[in-house]
Amino acid sequence: MNEMIRKKAKIREKTYLAPDIYRYSFLTDLCSGAEPGQFVMIYPVNGARLLGRPLCIADVSGEDNDSGRADDPGHYFDIVFRVVGGGTEEISGYNPGDELYIEGPLGHGYPFDEKTIGGKNIVMLGGGLGAPSLLFLAKKLMKAPSAFVSLTAVLGYRDRSMNHFLASDFGGTGIKTIISTDDGSEGIRGNVIDALEESGIKADLIYACGPLPMLSAVKRYAKEAGATAYISLEERMACGLGVCLGCVAKTTEKDAHSGVKNARVCTEGPVFCAETVDI
Amino acid sequence: MRLYQEKSAGDIEPDLGVDLAGIHFRNPVTVASGTFGSGIEYSRFVDLNKLGALTTKGVSRDPWEGNPTPRVTETPSGMMNAIGLQNPGVDVFIKRDLAFLEEFDVPVIVNVCGHSVGEYEAVVERLAEDDRVAMLEINVSCPNVSCGAIQFGTDAGMLMEVTSRCKSKAGSKPVIMKLTPNVTSISDMAKAAEAGGADGVSLINTLTAMKIDIYKKRFVLANKTGGLSGPAIHPVAVRMVYEASHAIKIPVIGMGGVASAEDALELMLAGATMVAVGMMNFTEPDITGKIIRGIKDYMVLTKTEHIRDIIGAV
Ligand SMILES: Cc1cc2nc3c(=O)[nH]c(=O)nc-3n(C[C@H](O)[C@H](O)[C@H](O)COP(=O)(O)OP(=O)(O)OC[C@H]3O[C@@H](n4cnc5c(N)ncnc54)[C@H](O)[C@@H]3O)c2cc1C
Ligand SMILES: Cc1cc2nc3c(=O)[nH]c(=O)nc-3n(C[C@H](O)[C@H](O)[C@H](O)COP(=O)(O)O)c2cc1C
Ligand code: FES
Repeated sequence: MNEMIRKKAKIREKTYLAPDIYRYSFLTDLCSGAEPGQFVMIYPVNGARLLGRPLCIADVSGEDNDSGRADDPGHYFDIVFRVVGGGTEEISGYNPGDELYIEGPLGHGYPFDEKTIGGKNIVMLGGGLGAPSLLFLAKKLMKAPSAFVSLTAVLGYRDRSMNHFLASDFGGTGIKTIISTDDGSEGIRGNVIDALEESGIKADLIYACGPLPMLSAVKRYAKEAGATAYISLEERMACGLGVCLGCVAKTTEKDAHSGVKNARVCTEGPVFCAETVDI
Repeated sequence: MRLYQEKSAGDIEPDLGVDLAGIHFRNPVTVASGTFGSGIEYSRFVDLNKLGALTTKGVSRDPWEGNPTPRVTETPSGMMNAIGLQNPGVDVFIKRDLAFLEEFDVPVIVNVCGHSVGEYEAVVERLAEDDRVAMLEINVSCPNVSCGAIQFGTDAGMLMEVTSRCKSKAGSKPVIMKLTPNVTSISDMAKAAEAGGADGVSLINTLTAMKIDIYKKRFVLANKTGGLSGPAIHPVAVRMVYEASHAIKIPVIGMGGVASAEDALELMLAGATMVAVGMMNFTEPDITGKIIRGIKDYMVLTKTEHIRDIIGAV
């Protein structure tokens, strides 16, 4: 078995961020070469739950990715997740020292090469649990701040009870960070696009992760604004490796692998150029 | 039992080789169609050359789009799927997948699907002369496509006809009929396949199932129904393999929820000549290697020199 892709990893740190939302740090070099936007499959221990839970990589430290967290120079990576069902509830019950099987890094992340970001006003739009993968991207982008013109993060939350989780981490990287809530109890009232428009921020390049209706709106917005948008899609997964064809997204053109207008979210995605997917 | 343990010097060297439809397989373990692709992705985890055989995802004459999503969902000790046999069609399969598999020393069983008898025949004919294909497995049992498929597998007369027509186009290639458990009598279906000239049968495909989201008051899968697989269905598979193998003289490939060497051995004792590992590949990509080692351990432990002495020995 190839050790680099499936490992048992120890929880190094567990942080409670908001009701039902946790940040875990795993002590492993599994994701040291990971790109932002990639994800891992975390396997429940309970034998009645046999499928991995796909969760985005929120931060990485190690050889290739130095997150700048000076407290621990070792290899680790972070996830941030919300308890929504049995699997995430089980995972939320584990504590530092406990070990879980993890596969990763999986899929294709956000492109952020010179050609993509050069001379651009970049906006990151994170709805709810969409923020984690963008945090990792923010840290990567801030390593070469001269490559682009501006960088703003807009983070949307349901309401103030979500403690604008991760917003201070974005702020900590030096990025301008705007908060919105659906009910206006904190920051700008409305969704991330409302907040973007209200702030009058120019966007040439958008990175977005969040619920599907938000991503559809981002796609429309980008088209009208003449911006390029990369969006991270979610779909039910069984294998996470491109085998089962459970996780497909409709594409506008024929996909090279499938021969039909379906691309695998776990393999060709989860990040797609918004124009290429039919959402 | 004490499988997966260090063995001592005086132990026997068991022979795991099996013969099925005139082909020799180095061990009785293959993968279940649709749970391993064509091995491209899993070759990172599994030494394909150690598998008894590799069974590919169903391939049709033309590319198939499959069903809308959600296509998969977890269930207690199992999962449901309604992929709808998405595949790129036999031309791409030959050019890409068979070309990849050519580099390995593993017999390839190609799973074939179709909406009509003519579509099955077309694929069988394309593959009949291909040396890279060891055997054909005809899927007459997928519950997830609206026309054809499962009808062929639930009506004994139609099953016999599809079998004999595939057989007539297959040249010297052995033809295995993959049976659905969604029937009243699996024995009757196995007999129909045998009467149609099949060289073997494989079972079970998934059990038709349904899951409802009680808060959204909607079906979880876009297709409404899906096929249930995994450890949850294993005892059903054992019973059906037992019944089928006692109704026919041709060999049986057993599958359904195999998660360990013990599960595989159970199917073999019930009458299966080979066994296939399905959805558990998703949970533990290198599980086939573990199962092969576990079968060997069992043979050492029980002083069984030849695996054929296990087949149907219950
Ligand atoms: C690429 C990707 C990245 C993700 N990243 C994050 C993240 O960083 N943080 C986070 O909180 N959530 C993330 N999710 C969603 C997360 O995977 C689900 O919330 C989680 O799988 C729910 O598991 P459960 O057992 O608690 O829920 P249940 O509803 O009990 O799960 C049953 C089955 O459905 C699947 N499932 C349920 N909801 C989803 C969903 N929204 N997307 C995909 N599969 C689902 C489960 O994996 C499981 O197989 C991501 C999903 C994908 C596809
Ligand atoms: C995601 C998935 C895809 C499948 N695709 C096929 C297929 O293309 N052809 C086929 O004959 N069976 C297909 N099957 C059925 C399996 O080959 C097998 O018969 C069934 O899953 C029972 O085995 P298991 O419980 O070990 O998974 C599929 C099963 C799953 C879970
Ligand atoms: S989850 Fe299996 S192909 Fe994507």
